[in-house]
Amino acid sequence: MEKNIAYIALFAALIAALGLIPKITLGFGVPITAQSLGIMLCGTILGAKRGALAVLLLLLLVAIGLPLLAGGRGGLGLFFGVTGGFLIGWPISAYVTGLIVEKWRSGSITLVSVVASIVGGIFVMYLFGIVGMAIVLEKTFLESAALMTAFIPGDIIKAIIAGLLTAAIAKARPASLLSRQAKATS
Amino acid sequence: MISLTSPIETRAHRWPAGLKLGLLCLVTFGLFFVDSVLFHGVFLVFVVALYALPGMRFFKNGWKHLKILWPFVFIVVAWHLFTDELPLGLTVAFRMISAVGLANLVTMTTRLSDMIDVVHWLTRPLQRLGFNPRVLELAIALVIRMTPVLVSKGQSLTLAWRARSNRRSGWRIILPFTVLALDDADHVAEALKARGGLTNQERK
Repeated sequence: MEKNIAYIALFAALIAALGLIPKITLGFGVPITAQSLGIMLCGTILGAKRGALAVLLLLLLVAIGLPLLAGGRGGLGLFFGVTGGFLIGWPISAYVTGLIVEKWRSGSITLVSVVASIVGGIFVMYLFGIVGMAIVLEKTFLESAALMTAFIPGDIIKAIIAGLLTAAIAKARPASLLSRQAKATS
Repeated sequence: MISLTSPIETRAHRWPAGLKLGLLCLVTFGLFFVDSVLFHGVFLVFVVALYALPGMRFFKNGWKHLKILWPFVFIVVAWHLFTDELPLGLTVAFRMISAVGLANLVTMTTRLSDMIDVVHWLTRPLQRLGFNPRVLELAIALVIRMTPVLVSKGQSLTLAWRARSNRRSGWRIILPFTVLALDDADHVAEALKARGGLTNQERK
Protein backbone atom coordinates (compact mmCIF):
# COMPACT_ATOMS: atom_id res chain seq x y z
CA MET A 1 0.00 0.00 0.00
CA GLU A 2 2.63 2.55 1.06
CA LYS A 3 4.81 1.56 -1.88
CA ASN A 4 1.94 2.02 -4.31
CA ILE A 5 1.07 5.49 -2.98
CA ALA A 6 4.71 6.56 -2.95
CA TYR A 7 5.31 5.35 -6.52
CA ILE A 8 2.09 6.92 -7.82
CA ALA A 9 2.82 10.26 -6.16
CA LEU A 10 6.49 10.28 -7.16
CA PHE A 11 5.65 9.53 -10.78
CA ALA A 12 3.09 12.34 -10.84
CA ALA A 13 5.84 14.58 -9.48
CA LEU A 14 8.29 13.19 -12.04
CA ILE A 15 6.01 14.07 -14.97
CA ALA A 16 5.60 17.56 -13.54
CA ALA A 17 9.36 17.92 -13.06
CA LEU A 18 10.01 16.72 -16.62
CA GLY A 19 7.95 19.67 -17.81
CA LEU A 20 9.87 22.15 -15.69
CA ILE A 21 13.49 21.17 -16.32
CA PRO A 22 15.07 22.91 -19.31
CA LYS A 23 13.70 21.75 -22.62
CA ILE A 24 15.34 18.63 -23.98
CA THR A 25 16.48 18.91 -27.58
CA LEU A 26 17.08 15.88 -29.74
CA GLY A 27 20.19 15.61 -31.89
CA PHE A 28 18.65 17.20 -34.95
CA GLY A 29 17.10 20.14 -33.18
CA VAL A 30 13.58 18.86 -32.52
CA PRO A 31 12.53 19.99 -29.07
CA ILE A 32 10.48 17.34 -27.32
CA THR A 33 8.10 17.92 -24.46
CA ALA A 34 9.37 15.35 -22.05
CA GLN A 35 5.98 15.17 -20.36
CA SER A 36 4.40 12.85 -22.91
CA LEU A 37 7.53 10.73 -22.54
CA GLY A 38 6.73 10.72 -18.82
CA ILE A 39 3.23 9.41 -19.57
CA MET A 40 4.72 6.53 -21.58
CA LEU A 41 7.18 5.73 -18.77
CA CYS A 42 4.33 5.80 -16.26
CA GLY A 43 2.71 2.95 -18.16
CA THR A 44 5.82 0.93 -18.94
CA ILE A 45 7.26 1.16 -15.42
CA LEU A 46 4.25 1.33 -13.10
CA GLY A 47 1.91 -0.84 -15.15
CA ALA A 48 -1.69 -0.17 -16.15
CA LYS A 49 -3.51 0.68 -12.92
CA ARG A 50 -0.81 2.55 -11.05
CA GLY A 51 0.35 4.31 -14.22
CA ALA A 52 -3.15 5.62 -14.91
CA LEU A 53 -3.61 6.65 -11.26
CA ALA A 54 -0.33 8.61 -11.30
CA VAL A 55 -1.46 10.52 -14.39
CA LEU A 56 -4.93 11.11 -12.88
CA LEU A 57 -3.34 12.46 -9.73
CA LEU A 58 -1.24 14.89 -11.77
CA LEU A 59 -4.27 16.03 -13.77
CA LEU A 60 -6.27 16.53 -10.55
CA LEU A 61 -3.57 18.83 -9.23
CA VAL A 62 -3.46 20.70 -12.55
CA ALA A 63 -7.25 21.08 -12.49
CA ILE A 64 -7.28 22.55 -8.99
CA GLY A 65 -4.84 25.19 -10.14
CA LEU A 66 -1.24 24.08 -9.73
CA PRO A 67 1.13 25.03 -12.57
CA LEU A 68 2.50 21.54 -13.17
CA LEU A 69 2.32 21.15 -16.94
CA ALA A 70 5.14 22.03 -19.36
CA GLY A 71 6.17 25.66 -19.08
CA GLY A 72 4.36 26.19 -15.77
CA ARG A 73 0.87 25.82 -17.17
CA GLY A 74 -2.10 24.71 -15.17
CA GLY A 75 -5.66 25.50 -14.28
CA LEU A 76 -9.02 24.52 -15.60
CA GLY A 77 -8.61 26.40 -18.88
CA LEU A 78 -6.39 23.66 -20.28
CA PHE A 79 -9.24 21.16 -20.08
CA PHE A 80 -11.62 23.37 -22.02
CA GLY A 81 -9.26 24.30 -24.85
CA VAL A 82 -8.09 22.60 -28.01
CA THR A 83 -5.71 20.35 -26.10
CA GLY A 84 -8.36 19.18 -23.61
CA GLY A 85 -8.88 15.91 -25.43
CA PHE A 86 -5.22 15.04 -25.05
CA LEU A 87 -5.34 15.62 -21.30
CA ILE A 88 -8.41 13.41 -20.98
CA GLY A 89 -6.62 10.77 -23.04
CA TRP A 90 -3.49 10.82 -20.86
CA PRO A 91 -4.63 8.40 -18.12
CA ILE A 92 -6.13 6.00 -20.65
CA SER A 93 -2.94 6.25 -22.65
CA ALA A 94 -0.86 5.29 -19.61
CA TYR A 95 -3.30 2.49 -18.81
CA VAL A 96 -3.11 0.92 -22.28
CA THR A 97 0.69 1.26 -22.36
CA GLY A 98 0.94 -0.43 -18.97
CA LEU A 99 -1.52 -3.15 -19.87
CA ILE A 100 0.51 -4.18 -22.92
CA VAL A 101 3.74 -4.37 -20.88
CA GLU A 102 1.95 -6.39 -18.18
CA LYS A 103 0.36 -8.89 -20.54
CA TRP A 104 3.07 -9.35 -23.17
CA ARG A 105 5.85 -10.98 -21.19
CA SER A 106 7.62 -13.05 -23.78
CA GLY A 107 9.33 -10.32 -25.80
CA SER A 108 12.37 -8.26 -24.83
CA ILE A 109 11.44 -5.42 -22.50
CA THR A 110 12.82 -2.85 -24.95
CA LEU A 111 10.70 -4.04 -27.86
CA VAL A 112 7.59 -4.53 -25.75
CA SER A 113 7.93 -1.05 -24.23
CA VAL A 114 8.42 0.60 -27.63
CA VAL A 115 5.35 -1.12 -29.05
CA ALA A 116 3.32 -0.39 -25.90
CA SER A 117 4.37 3.28 -26.03
CA ILE A 118 3.38 3.53 -29.69
CA VAL A 119 -0.03 1.94 -29.13
CA GLY A 120 -0.79 3.64 -25.81
CA GLY A 121 1.22 6.84 -25.98
CA ILE A 122 0.59 7.68 -29.61
CA PHE A 123 -2.44 5.80 -30.97
CA VAL A 124 -4.70 6.08 -27.91
CA MET A 125 -3.57 9.60 -27.02
CA TYR A 126 -4.08 10.90 -30.56
CA LEU A 127 -7.50 9.26 -30.71
CA PHE A 128 -8.69 11.26 -27.69
CA GLY A 129 -6.77 14.38 -28.66
CA ILE A 130 -8.15 14.44 -32.19
CA VAL A 131 -11.72 13.87 -31.04
CA GLY A 132 -11.27 16.76 -28.59
CA MET A 133 -9.91 19.00 -31.34
CA ALA A 134 -12.72 18.00 -33.68
CA ILE A 135 -15.29 19.05 -31.06
CA VAL A 136 -13.70 22.36 -30.10
CA LEU A 137 -12.70 23.39 -33.64
CA GLU A 138 -15.84 21.99 -35.31
CA LYS A 139 -13.80 20.05 -37.83
CA THR A 140 -14.23 16.50 -39.02
CA PHE A 141 -12.10 13.78 -37.45
CA LEU A 142 -9.86 13.56 -40.54
CA GLU A 143 -9.33 17.31 -40.79
CA SER A 144 -8.27 17.44 -37.15
CA ALA A 145 -6.03 14.42 -37.64
CA ALA A 146 -4.32 16.24 -40.50
CA LEU A 147 -3.31 19.03 -38.09
CA MET A 148 -1.54 16.48 -35.91
CA THR A 149 0.51 14.61 -38.52
CA ALA A 150 3.47 16.96 -38.00
CA PHE A 151 3.91 15.63 -34.47
CA ILE A 152 3.94 11.92 -35.29
CA PRO A 153 7.66 11.53 -36.16
CA GLY A 154 8.68 13.22 -32.89
CA ASP A 155 6.34 11.01 -30.92
CA ILE A 156 7.68 7.84 -32.53
CA ILE A 157 11.17 8.88 -31.47
CA LYS A 158 9.80 9.44 -27.96
CA ALA A 159 8.30 5.94 -27.93
CA ILE A 160 11.68 4.46 -28.89
CA ILE A 161 13.38 6.49 -26.15
CA ALA A 162 10.73 5.31 -23.67
CA GLY A 163 11.57 1.72 -24.61
CA LEU A 164 15.31 2.23 -24.19
CA LEU A 165 14.82 3.98 -20.86
CA THR A 166 12.51 1.25 -19.57
CA ALA A 167 15.06 -1.41 -20.46
CA ALA A 168 17.82 0.58 -18.74
CA ILE A 169 15.66 1.03 -15.63
CA ALA A 170 14.82 -2.68 -15.64
CA LYS A 171 18.55 -3.25 -15.34
CA ALA A 172 19.31 -0.48 -12.84
CA ARG A 173 16.31 -0.98 -10.53
CA PRO A 174 14.68 -4.33 -11.34
CA ALA A 175 12.55 -4.18 -8.18
CA SER A 176 11.05 -0.87 -9.27
CA LEU A 177 9.66 -2.18 -12.54
CA LEU A 178 6.21 -2.73 -11.07
CA SER A 179 4.67 -3.57 -14.45
CA ARG A 180 6.67 -6.81 -14.57
CA GLN A 181 6.46 -7.89 -10.93
CA ALA A 182 5.06 -11.40 -10.51
CA LYS A 183 1.97 -10.27 -8.61
CA ALA A 184 1.54 -6.73 -7.46
CA THR A 185 1.58 -6.37 -3.69
CA SER A 186 -1.23 -3.98 -3.02
CA MET B 1 4.56 25.78 -4.62
CA ILE B 2 2.72 28.77 -6.02
CA SER B 3 -0.80 28.07 -7.16
CA LEU B 4 -2.35 29.92 -10.07
CA THR B 5 -4.87 31.67 -7.84
CA SER B 6 -4.66 35.41 -8.31
CA PRO B 7 -3.34 37.27 -5.26
CA ILE B 8 -5.58 40.17 -6.20
CA GLU B 9 -8.67 39.66 -4.10
CA THR B 10 -11.86 39.78 -6.16
CA ARG B 11 -15.46 39.39 -5.12
CA ALA B 12 -15.49 35.98 -6.80
CA HIS B 13 -12.81 34.72 -4.38
CA ARG B 14 -15.52 34.52 -1.74
CA TRP B 15 -18.07 32.62 -3.83
CA PRO B 16 -18.33 28.90 -3.07
CA ALA B 17 -15.90 26.96 -5.27
CA GLY B 18 -18.46 24.27 -6.04
CA LEU B 19 -20.89 26.87 -7.36
CA LYS B 20 -18.22 28.39 -9.63
CA LEU B 21 -17.22 24.99 -10.99
CA GLY B 22 -20.83 23.95 -11.56
CA LEU B 23 -21.64 27.19 -13.37
CA LEU B 24 -18.51 26.83 -15.48
CA CYS B 25 -19.56 23.37 -16.64
CA LEU B 26 -23.12 24.48 -17.42
CA VAL B 27 -22.09 27.62 -19.31
CA THR B 28 -19.37 25.87 -21.32
CA PHE B 29 -21.73 23.05 -22.21
CA GLY B 30 -24.33 25.63 -23.27
CA LEU B 31 -21.85 27.51 -25.48
CA PHE B 32 -21.63 24.48 -27.76
CA PHE B 33 -25.36 24.66 -28.54
CA VAL B 34 -25.32 28.20 -29.90
CA ASP B 35 -24.10 28.82 -33.43
CA SER B 36 -24.65 32.55 -33.83
CA VAL B 37 -21.44 34.47 -34.37
CA LEU B 38 -23.06 37.61 -32.93
CA PHE B 39 -23.91 35.82 -29.66
CA HIS B 40 -20.37 34.49 -29.30
CA GLY B 41 -18.91 37.90 -30.07
CA VAL B 42 -21.05 39.56 -27.38
CA PHE B 43 -20.30 36.76 -24.92
CA LEU B 44 -16.56 37.17 -25.50
CA VAL B 45 -16.87 40.90 -24.75
CA PHE B 46 -18.65 39.91 -21.53
CA VAL B 47 -15.80 37.54 -20.58
CA VAL B 48 -13.21 40.22 -21.32
CA ALA B 49 -15.22 42.63 -19.16
CA LEU B 50 -15.10 40.10 -16.29
CA TYR B 51 -11.32 40.07 -16.58
CA ALA B 52 -11.21 43.87 -16.63
CA LEU B 53 -13.45 44.37 -13.56
CA PRO B 54 -10.83 43.64 -10.84
CA GLY B 55 -8.40 46.12 -12.40
CA MET B 56 -5.47 46.33 -14.77
CA ARG B 57 -3.07 44.00 -12.98
CA PHE B 58 -5.61 41.18 -12.84
CA PHE B 59 -6.43 41.73 -16.51
CA LYS B 60 -2.79 41.51 -17.57
CA ASN B 61 -2.22 38.41 -15.48
CA GLY B 62 -5.23 36.71 -17.01
CA TRP B 63 -4.09 37.72 -20.47
CA LYS B 64 -0.81 35.89 -19.92
CA HIS B 65 -2.65 32.61 -19.22
CA LEU B 66 -4.60 32.87 -22.46
CA LYS B 67 -1.56 33.36 -24.66
CA ILE B 68 -1.37 29.64 -25.48
CA LEU B 69 -4.59 30.08 -27.45
CA TRP B 70 -3.30 32.44 -30.13
CA PRO B 71 -1.68 29.85 -32.43
CA PHE B 72 -4.98 27.93 -32.48
CA VAL B 73 -7.03 31.07 -33.06
CA PHE B 74 -4.72 31.90 -35.95
CA ILE B 75 -5.04 28.41 -37.48
CA VAL B 76 -8.83 28.39 -37.14
CA VAL B 77 -9.32 31.83 -38.67
CA ALA B 78 -6.80 31.21 -41.46
CA TRP B 79 -8.41 27.85 -42.25
CA HIS B 80 -11.87 29.37 -42.55
CA LEU B 81 -10.64 32.30 -44.59
CA PHE B 82 -9.28 29.70 -46.97
CA THR B 83 -12.56 27.73 -47.11
CA ASP B 84 -14.55 30.99 -47.29
CA GLU B 85 -16.54 30.36 -44.08
CA LEU B 86 -15.28 33.22 -41.95
CA PRO B 87 -18.40 33.47 -39.69
CA LEU B 88 -18.00 29.82 -38.70
CA GLY B 89 -14.30 30.38 -38.04
CA LEU B 90 -15.03 33.38 -35.84
CA THR B 91 -17.73 31.43 -33.97
CA VAL B 92 -15.27 28.63 -33.22
CA ALA B 93 -12.50 31.04 -32.22
CA PHE B 94 -14.74 33.23 -30.01
CA ARG B 95 -16.23 30.20 -28.29
CA MET B 96 -12.81 28.70 -27.66
CA ILE B 97 -11.47 31.93 -26.10
CA SER B 98 -14.62 32.36 -23.97
CA ALA B 99 -14.59 28.77 -22.70
CA VAL B 100 -10.89 28.75 -21.82
CA GLY B 101 -11.16 32.29 -20.47
CA LEU B 102 -14.00 31.41 -18.11
CA ALA B 103 -12.28 28.26 -16.88
CA ASN B 104 -9.12 30.23 -16.26
CA LEU B 105 -11.15 32.82 -14.40
CA VAL B 106 -12.41 30.14 -12.01
CA THR B 107 -8.82 28.99 -11.45
CA MET B 108 -7.69 32.56 -10.80
CA THR B 109 -10.42 33.28 -8.26
CA THR B 110 -10.47 30.02 -6.31
CA ARG B 111 -8.00 29.20 -3.56
CA LEU B 112 -6.22 25.85 -3.53
CA SER B 113 -7.76 24.96 -0.16
CA ASP B 114 -11.28 25.62 -1.51
CA MET B 115 -10.54 23.43 -4.53
CA ILE B 116 -9.30 20.62 -2.30
CA ASP B 117 -12.56 20.87 -0.31
CA VAL B 118 -14.48 20.38 -3.57
CA VAL B 119 -12.33 17.34 -4.40
CA HIS B 120 -13.06 16.00 -0.95
CA TRP B 121 -16.79 16.49 -1.49
CA LEU B 122 -16.66 14.88 -4.93
CA THR B 123 -14.91 11.77 -3.63
CA ARG B 124 -17.45 11.27 -0.82
CA PRO B 125 -19.59 8.79 -2.77
CA LEU B 126 -16.42 6.76 -3.37
CA GLN B 127 -15.86 6.36 0.34
CA ARG B 128 -18.81 4.01 0.52
CA LEU B 129 -16.98 1.79 -1.95
CA GLY B 130 -14.04 1.59 0.43
CA PHE B 131 -12.00 4.48 -0.93
CA ASN B 132 -9.87 6.12 1.73
CA PRO B 133 -9.89 9.91 1.26
CA ARG B 134 -6.80 10.29 3.45
CA VAL B 135 -4.83 8.31 0.89
CA LEU B 136 -5.76 10.85 -1.79
CA GLU B 137 -4.91 13.75 0.52
CA LEU B 138 -1.55 12.20 1.34
CA ALA B 139 -0.85 11.64 -2.37
CA ILE B 140 -1.70 15.28 -3.18
CA ALA B 141 0.59 16.49 -0.42
CA LEU B 142 3.39 14.19 -1.60
CA VAL B 143 3.24 15.51 -5.18
CA ILE B 144 3.23 19.13 -4.00
CA ARG B 145 6.21 18.41 -1.74
CA MET B 146 8.22 16.23 -4.14
CA THR B 147 7.88 18.17 -7.40
CA PRO B 148 10.24 20.98 -6.32
CA VAL B 149 12.61 18.36 -4.87
CA LEU B 150 12.73 16.49 -8.18
CA VAL B 151 13.10 19.72 -10.16
CA SER B 152 16.15 20.71 -8.13
CA LYS B 153 17.61 17.22 -8.51
CA GLY B 154 17.04 17.47 -12.26
CA GLN B 155 18.83 20.80 -12.32
CA SER B 156 21.82 19.41 -10.43
CA LEU B 157 21.97 16.51 -12.89
CA THR B 158 22.00 18.92 -15.82
CA LEU B 159 24.75 20.96 -14.14
CA ALA B 160 26.78 17.82 -13.44
CA TRP B 161 26.48 16.86 -17.10
CA ARG B 162 27.56 20.32 -18.25
CA ALA B 163 30.60 20.23 -16.00
CA ARG B 164 31.81 17.10 -17.80
CA SER B 165 30.74 17.62 -21.39
CA ASN B 166 30.37 20.47 -23.82
CA ARG B 167 27.56 18.66 -25.60
CA ARG B 168 23.97 18.82 -24.49
CA SER B 169 22.69 16.03 -22.31
CA GLY B 170 19.58 15.41 -24.42
CA TRP B 171 17.25 12.62 -23.42
CA ARG B 172 19.96 10.61 -21.66
CA ILE B 173 19.54 12.74 -18.56
CA ILE B 174 16.07 11.24 -18.07
CA LEU B 175 17.50 7.85 -17.07
CA PRO B 176 19.37 8.96 -13.92
CA PHE B 177 16.52 11.36 -13.27
CA THR B 178 13.94 8.56 -13.26
CA VAL B 179 16.21 6.33 -11.17
CA LEU B 180 16.50 9.14 -8.59
CA ALA B 181 12.71 9.46 -8.51
CA LEU B 182 12.30 5.69 -8.06
CA ASP B 183 14.79 5.71 -5.18
CA ASP B 184 12.95 8.61 -3.59
CA ALA B 185 9.72 6.65 -3.96
CA ASP B 186 11.27 3.70 -2.11
CA HIS B 187 12.49 5.97 0.68
CA VAL B 188 9.10 7.68 1.00
CA ALA B 189 7.37 4.29 1.12
CA GLU B 190 9.70 3.11 3.89
CA ALA B 191 9.25 6.34 5.81
CA LEU B 192 5.47 6.03 5.60
CA LYS B 193 5.62 2.47 6.82
CA ALA B 194 7.96 3.38 9.65
CA ARG B 195 5.46 6.01 10.81
CA GLY B 196 2.66 3.50 11.10
CA GLY B 197 1.64 3.24 7.49
CA LEU B 198 -1.67 3.96 5.87
CA THR B 199 -3.60 0.91 7.03
CA ASN B 200 -3.40 2.17 10.60
CA GLN B 201 -5.10 5.41 9.74
CA GLU B 202 -8.02 3.61 8.18
CA ARG B 203 -9.17 2.21 11.50
CA LYS B 204 -9.22 5.52 13.32
